[in-house]
Amino acid sequence: MQETTIVIQNESGLHARPAALLVQEAGKYESQVQLIKAGKQVDAKSLLGVMSLSVRKGDEITIRAEGNDAEAAVNGLRSLIESGLE
Amino acid sequence: MTMTTTVRLNGVGAAPGLAIGQAVWWRKERPVVETRSISDTEQETRRLEQAVSQAKEQLSRLREVTAERMGEGEAGIFDAHLSFLDDPAYVGEMKNRIQQQKKNAESICSAVTDEMSQMLASLPDEYMQARADDIRDVGDRLLLLLSGKQPFDPSLLQPGSVVVAEELAPSDTAQFPPGIAAMITARGSKTAHAAIMARTLGIPAVLGLGKAIEQVQDGDTIIADGEAGWIDLNPDAETQAKAEKEMKRQQELRDQALQKAGEDAVTQDGKRIQIFANIGSLNDVETALNNGAEGVGLFRTEFLYLENDHWPTEEEQYQTYRKVLEAFDGRPVIIRTLDIGGDKDLPYAELPKEENPFLGHRAIRFCLANKDIFKTQLRALLRAGVYGDLWIMFPMVENVSEVKEAKALLEECRQELHKEGVQTAEQLKVGIMVEVPAAAVTADLLAKEVDFMSIGTNDLTQYTLAADRGNEAVAHLYDAAHPAVLRLVRQTCDAGQKAGIPVGMCGELAGDPKMTEVLVGLGLVELSMSAGTIPEVKEQVRGVNSTDARELADHALTRENPDEVRTVAAKGK
Repeated sequence: MQETTIVIQNESGLHARPAALLVQEAGKYESQVQLIKAGKQVDAKSLLGVMSLSVRKGDEITIRAEGNDAEAAVNGLRSLIESGLE
Repeated sequence: MTMTTTVRLNGVGAAPGLAIGQAVWWRKERPVVETRSISDTEQETRRLEQAVSQAKEQLSRLREVTAERMGEGEAGIFDAHLSFLDDPAYVGEMKNRIQQQKKNAESICSAVTDEMSQMLASLPDEYMQARADDIRDVGDRLLLLLSGKQPFDPSLLQPGSVVVAEELAPSDTAQFPPGIAAMITARGSKTAHAAIMARTLGIPAVLGLGKAIEQVQDGDTIIADGEAGWIDLNPDAETQAKAEKEMKRQQELRDQALQKAGEDAVTQDGKRIQIFANIGSLNDVETALNNGAEGVGLFRTEFLYLENDHWPTEEEQYQTYRKVLEAFDGRPVIIRTLDIGGDKDLPYAELPKEENPFLGHRAIRFCLANKDIFKTQLRALLRAGVYGDLWIMFPMVENVSEVKEAKALLEECRQELHKEGVQTAEQLKVGIMVEVPAAAVTADLLAKEVDFMSIGTNDLTQYTLAADRGNEAVAHLYDAAHPAVLRLVRQTCDAGQKAGIPVGMCGELAGDPKMTEVLVGLGLVELSMSAGTIPEVKEQVRGVNSTDARELADHALTRENPDEVRTVAAKGK
C-alpha cells in the first residue's frame, strides 16, 4: 500500500473540472485508489465520490493506493494535483 | 360547420406568436417502485446492465441532436448524465447492493439515486447542488427502462405539433425537433427557463394553464396565442378559419418587414433611429446581420466566462471580440464588460453567496474589486478595437467615481500595451449602461464622463419598481412601461442630448414594437433588441412622425399605470 498527503492549492478546490481530471487520472491505474479527507474515504475513480468530499483550497487530502501499480498511481495523482489540475 | 364548441383556456403568454397544431402530450412518468426479494442476483444484475446500456444509447443520441441544434453548451447537460452511468459510486454501488441485499434492481436503483441526490443537494456549492437534479433525471430514466417503458420519445413530435406538458425543463425543450407549432404547460411563468428557450427558438408558448390543461387529449386541435396567453381547444371551423387568416396576415407582415430589414429605419420626418442587435455569443452574429442589424447594441460577454471552466485568457477574449468587430465591418459594436456576480454564478470563481444578489457585489463593482480579471478583459478589448468600431460599456454604474476609476484602468491598460509594443484601438467610445435608478437620476453628471449611454430596462425596471419578475407573487408589478421607468428614460435622454452624446436602449422594452413610437418620442436614438424583432421594429419606426411621437410620449408620462401607458401606446398619435 502506498499513500501520500497533500494540501490542495488550486483556487476552486476539487470542483467540477479538477475533480473530473483527477478521476480520469485515477482510472488509468489498475490499483484501487482512495481519497481521504478528514477521515472520509472515497473511491478516486468515482466522480460522485470525489465530489462528495467537497474539497476546497487549503484542505489536506490523502491519496492511498493498493495494487500492482500503487506507487505509480500515487505519484501520478500527486503530480497532477501539484500541477494545479489544469 | 361542425357543432362542437370551442373551449377557451387562459394562461400566461410567454413567447409571442399565433399557431395552430395537434396536441402531443409530453408525459414524464415516474414508475411506482416496489421492493421485491430475488434469488438470481446474476440475472438481476444483467437487467440493470441492460437498462444502463439502453440509457447510454438514448443519452448519446440526445447529446448529438442537442449539440447540432442548440450548441455544445446545451448539450453538455447530457455529458453529466452519461458520466453518472459510468460512476462506480452510482451504478457500481447498485450492482454491489444487488449482490448483498438480494433485492430487485428497481428498488436498489431508487434507493441509490435518492442517496446520491441528497448527498449532492447537501454540498455547499450551487454547481454540485444542480447535479442533484441531473442524477434524479438519470435515475428516472433507469427506472423507466427497468419497467420496460420508454421515456418520452421526442421523435413523436412532428412539424406542427403543439407540445402539451405539466411542466417543461430546459433539457426537454432542448430536444424539440424543428417545426414545433407551440408549447403549452400547466405550470411555469413568463420568466421560467422554458419560456426563455421558447422565445429563443421562436416557438409561441402559453404557460400556467393550470389543471384545465388535463382536458387536452393527444391529437386535439389547438390554437395557441403566445402573445395574449390563451388556447382554443378543438376550435369550430369558423374559429379555426379566422385564426388561419390572422396567421397568414401576420406572416405577410413579417415577410414584408423582412424584405425591408436591410434598409435604414427613418421616421416620416427624416429622423434616423439606429436599430442594433443584442448578442450573447458568436453564434448570434449571422442571425443579427440577416435581420438587418446596423450594429451591436449589447454584446454580453458573460458566455466567455460561463462556457469556460477557467477565467478566459486575454488571447481567448481578444479572438472573440475581434471576430464580432470584423463581422460588423466598421459598424458600431457595443461590448459590455463582465456582468457577473449576484445571481450569475461562475463555478470556478467561488463567489460568496449573498443575501440579496441583485443589490450585491456584481458587474462593475465586482470588476473594480478584481482588477486583474477586469484588466485582462480591457486589454483584450483594446487590442480587438483595432479591427472595428468598438464601444466599451460598463454595466451597473451607480456613481461618477466608478466611471472615472474604470476609465483610469482602461488608460493604464493602454499604456501597458504600448510599452509592450502592442497595437491598440486608436478610437473607441466609452459609455455606461443606465440600469440603476441612481444613474438615471444623475445622468447629467455621468454624461460628462462618457461618450454614450444605453438604458438597460430589465434591471432599471426591477430596481425602480422594487419588483423581482422572477417572483410570481410580484411579477405582475414588473412592467417596463410603468411611467416611473419611462420618466427615468426621458430624464436620461434629456441629459444625453444636453451633453451631446447618444442615448440608446438595450433592454427588452426596446424590442417591443408596440412601444416603438413612445420610445422614439422619449428621445432614444438607438434601440437594440434580439435579432428576430428587428425587421418589425424598423417597420414601426418608418411609420412614426417624431413630433407626434414626442407628444405621445409626453402624454404617456402622465398616465397612472403601465396598462394605461400601453393603451395610449397602442392607439398611437
